[in-house]
Amino acid sequence: MNLVATGIVGAMAVAVATAVAALLVPRPARSAVVGAGTALCGASGMTAGIAALTGPGWSAALAGLLPLTGVVLTVDTLSGVFLSVIGAVGIAVGIYGIGYARHGLDGRGVQAMEPLFVAAMLLVPAAGAVGTFLACWELMALTSLLLVLAEHSHRAEVASAARWYAVMTHLGFIAILIGLVVLAGHADNDAFPALRVAAKGLSPATAGLVFTLTLVGFASKAGILPLHAWLPRAHPEAPSHVSALMSAAMVTLGVYGIVRVGFDLLGGGARWWWLLVLALGAVSAVYGILQAAISTDLKRLLAYSTTENMGLVLIGVGAGGLFAAAGNMLLAGLALTAALLHVINHAAFKTLLFLAAGSVLHATGRRDLDELGGLRPGMPGTTAAFGLGALAGSALPLGPAFVSEWLLLQALVHGLATGGIATAVTMPIAVATVALTAGLAVATFVKAFGVGFLARPRSEQAAAARESPPSMLAGMAVAGTACVALALAPALVLPAIGAAGGRVFGATDPVSSGLLAVRLQGFAGSLSPLLVAAAVVAATVVFAVLARLVAARHRARVVARLWDCGAGPLSARMEYTATSFAEPLQRVFDNVVRPEHDVDVTHYRESRYLVDEVSYRQRVPDRVEHRLYRPVLAAVQAWGRAGPRLANGSVHLYLGYGFAVVCGALTVLVVTR
Amino acid sequence: MVLGLWRKIRQVGRVAEPAPAPPAAGRVGPAAELAGSVQIRHVDAGSCNGCEVEIGSAFGPVYDAERYGARLVASPRHADVLLVTGPVTRNMQRALRRTYDAVPAPKMVVAVGDCARDCGVFAGAYGVAGAVADVVPVDLDVPGCPPRPEAIVEALRTLTGR
Repeated sequence: MNLVATGIVGAMAVAVATAVAALLVPRPARSAVVGAGTALCGASGMTAGIAALTGPGWSAALAGLLPLTGVVLTVDTLSGVFLSVIGAVGIAVGIYGIGYARHGLDGRGVQAMEPLFVAAMLLVPAAGAVGTFLACWELMALTSLLLVLAEHSHRAEVASAARWYAVMTHLGFIAILIGLVVLAGHADNDAFPALRVAAKGLSPATAGLVFTLTLVGFASKAGILPLHAWLPRAHPEAPSHVSALMSAAMVTLGVYGIVRVGFDLLGGGARWWWLLVLALGAVSAVYGILQAAISTDLKRLLAYSTTENMGLVLIGVGAGGLFAAAGNMLLAGLALTAALLHVINHAAFKTLLFLAAGSVLHATGRRDLDELGGLRPGMPGTTAAFGLGALAGSALPLGPAFVSEWLLLQALVHGLATGGIATAVTMPIAVATVALTAGLAVATFVKAFGVGFLARPRSEQAAAARESPPSMLAGMAVAGTACVALALAPALVLPAIGAAGGRVFGATDPVSSGLLAVRLQGFAGSLSPLLVAAAVVAATVVFAVLARLVAARHRARVVARLWDCGAGPLSARMEYTATSFAEPLQRVFDNVVRPEHDVDVTHYRESRYLVDEVSYRQRVPDRVEHRLYRPVLAAVQAWGRAGPRLANGSVHLYLGYGFAVVCGALTVLVVTR
Repeated sequence: MVLGLWRKIRQVGRVAEPAPAPPAAGRVGPAAELAGSVQIRHVDAGSCNGCEVEIGSAFGPVYDAERYGARLVASPRHADVLLVTGPVTRNMQRALRRTYDAVPAPKMVVAVGDCARDCGVFAGAYGVAGAVADVVPVDLDVPGCPPRPEAIVEALRTLTGR
């Protein structure tokens, strides 16, 4: 039994034991036991992932565990990447949950689901056969659904959000099910090696059908447009540590599915597959960050940012597929490496951001940025954590996302020449998309951090906010440390990621990374995050010292009132709000986001020239949802209304249906045989 | 349209009055520290807006006070000099005081018009707190009701020394 097997089996054993313990342990100790168990489960899964990345894989078949197909577990380097990500998120969330769950989330059911959810997510990339994969996928969906429902007795919106999530995730599941079953139907058995063999004999149409169906399912899990609608609903309503698990770990499994099925099982495929993936990714990235930029709900903002980041990852995956279809395996490996690195970076900073948002929610009970602000004095730890996460998420130097987006841009720019007209047209657009997304992400996170945490408190709850318990701060510290490590020393993970990304295409590691520099193989291009960080820190220190010296030469400091136009004291109502900060952006992208304004003017009864009251309302509905889902929902409803007419309770009619169907079936059989 | 603008500029030509000789006495008071570049914040402390029209004219194309180094700015934080007009009304008393406090040192106050000097025709009115000198220290007066733009420009030139 190697280390991978020990890790996987250990994680499952710990998860089950923790779930049982959650049912038995009395309430005061429950969240501590579950938190520790979840963290241990995550650590065990992360160990397995790292072992799979650095050493040999592992495969096992347990025939009796699942009826018909049995359970097949296979861990290779690609699984290893995702196992490590999920495990690491599990550690941070587990520790955080000890303190967070104490307030109304320490019921038996919710607590038992938490380790099971982590375990189910760990099993998905470890699955080595269609049956096992689908069972684990469904287990993951169900456990996460129960966790989303945790607070349904407090707020009515939770139930609605959970319904959206349940429907969309299961429609996605059906698509994946049909796709994989079609593929498995052409193979000897449902294990992945047999599928790889069978995929070589598939007609292009069948392969395209399998890929499109699975892409729909996996994209809905990854929150890709236009199947993202559950994400901005479920994330704000789920408990924050569950949001972190879902946003940082679960959605990445959508990417895993696309890479596993598209590259590994189907072996690459046609160019249009990857153009489709790239286009979906680009549209999701821009639309996601645009909605995030104008969103005022902190957790909704983070949910849309997840859509954006998964879009960026899919740009990398799609570009990798295009390059592979053109025969440039090294470049394909580079694009996929960038995508996988972004998966890891996104997991690190999104965990941190969601945990910090949960800490704010825990202290103030508010998610609306327009009601927050002034949290720095009361919650220095949380403010620092969110600030770090915001920097990490905005793709600036000193943040981890900078390294992965740099790699992605390098792959896109160098890919211009490979693959003829298709890449020559798409690559510049993709580069522009990544650049626009990076710029909007900076605006988004400046808004979230500046409006949410700095300046003066805009509500009593924000003014009274107190720092969260140490266990929550410790959970944020784990995620924060990961962010800093990934930002300064991507060499910690890049060799393993590069090898995994390269191996998918049968190429070598496309990136050589030392402690000081990340160098591309075969192309000119290198980046040194550590030196950039050192230069920025040194420049800051030099500037601060110079400023201090210059200031010291002049007279002593003068204390003066803030300039308030000579009127009364400045109040929190005069501050920039999230809405006003986003207003110029909203104006620029007016045609895309289509905000709705309502101005109601009430006049005095005596004279309609005198205004009594003016009320102004603004809403920014999700336009894709508005235009796409409404007609579908209306059609489904109409269909539902038509149903009862067919089943009106008359036994004669039902006997008639039976007779007609039997006759029809017999006729078909006679004609076709 | 751009061509039309150019044509207009050419037709109108230069309308500024010829510059009189610079003030013989040089810069007054703390204005010496400003080295000929004077940033001015205008405060209407309760004026009838007669003086505002003349100030606007002084900074217009004909009298063009900016060519002597005087410039109107949008905040007392950017200013060296306060240009106060009107008697100080009770509503503006505290605001004027705070505006004065907000100007970084070295700073000067110019009271423009008779009302700013001694409340003019509004002396003794119930809403008037007093002349500008009753609220903040005044360095320079410009008499007149309203003062002519030439008088305002001349006063500003004693600050800039140009």
